[in-house]
Amino acid sequence: MVERIPILKIGETLLVTIQVDFHDRVALALQEDLTDKIVTHSSKGVLIDISSLEMVDSFMGRVLGNIAKTSRLLDCHTVLVGMQPAIAITMTELGISLQGISTALTAEDGMELLKALMSKKQKRVSHGRQIARK
Amino acid sequence: MVVKSQESRAIKNEDDIAVVRSSVKRVVALLNFSLVNQTKIITAASELARNVLEHGGGGEARIELVDEGDRVGVRLSFEDLGKGIPDFDKAMEDGYTTGKGMGLGLGGAKRLMDEFSITSNSPSGTKVSITKWQERI
Repeated sequence: MVERIPILKIGETLLVTIQVDFHDRVALALQEDLTDKIVTHSSKGVLIDISSLEMVDSFMGRVLGNIAKTSRLLDCHTVLVGMQPAIAITMTELGISLQGISTALTAEDGMELLKALMSKKQKRVSHGRQIARK
Repeated sequence: MVVKSQESRAIKNEDDIAVVRSSVKRVVALLNFSLVNQTKIITAASELARNVLEHGGGGEARIELVDEGDRVGVRLSFEDLGKGIPDFDKAMEDGYTTGKGMGLGLGGAKRLMDEFSITSNSPSGTKVSITKWQERI
């Protein structure tokens, strides 16, 4: 039985706090579970807190990147928060860039960023409607 | 160079990668490595342990505390009995992979550590050793 990371639904966003050792199978299970929940709840944003993680290797980096890419395809934004400075240095030296994934220092900043990303999209939609009406 | 202590961990499945990580973490905590260096060593260990599993079909990690007079360090060796590496230069290149990863393992581990050596008796097995040093306080 694979240990699973809980995913909390708060309004239009999903909140994930990775507090266990991010084993390979746990990481892959999270990717699947998140994708399911995004679709089930029509979530527009995912906040992933990695402040308890003590390292991110290339495998974990790839999984986190894939989560962001997959959720983007499902019309959902991902923000990664709480990365330890030592991990940021190590990831850069290792060569992981996490392109396409938004980051914020704290969960609070992350929620603000998600709100901004989500409202930008809504504005675009309403703008589109106006054009359609004309 | 004197080896002060050593332990070995078998790498047979994905869970063993986490076991190697926590063993390395425990050992580096004994030395006075900065948090950044601890993170670098654990990450490099994770990369190489995964290589052993993915490319070597499993093997062993050896974790040693080493002493060289004015400095102490941790030396990690990863050995597998896989197919070996036919082209070192290619294998060290970032982005080159024959597996399903990002191809950052070998080159990345080299950048994260102070010393790096690789020997491969193609077609039977690969051994990678990495060392990080710390000034004796």
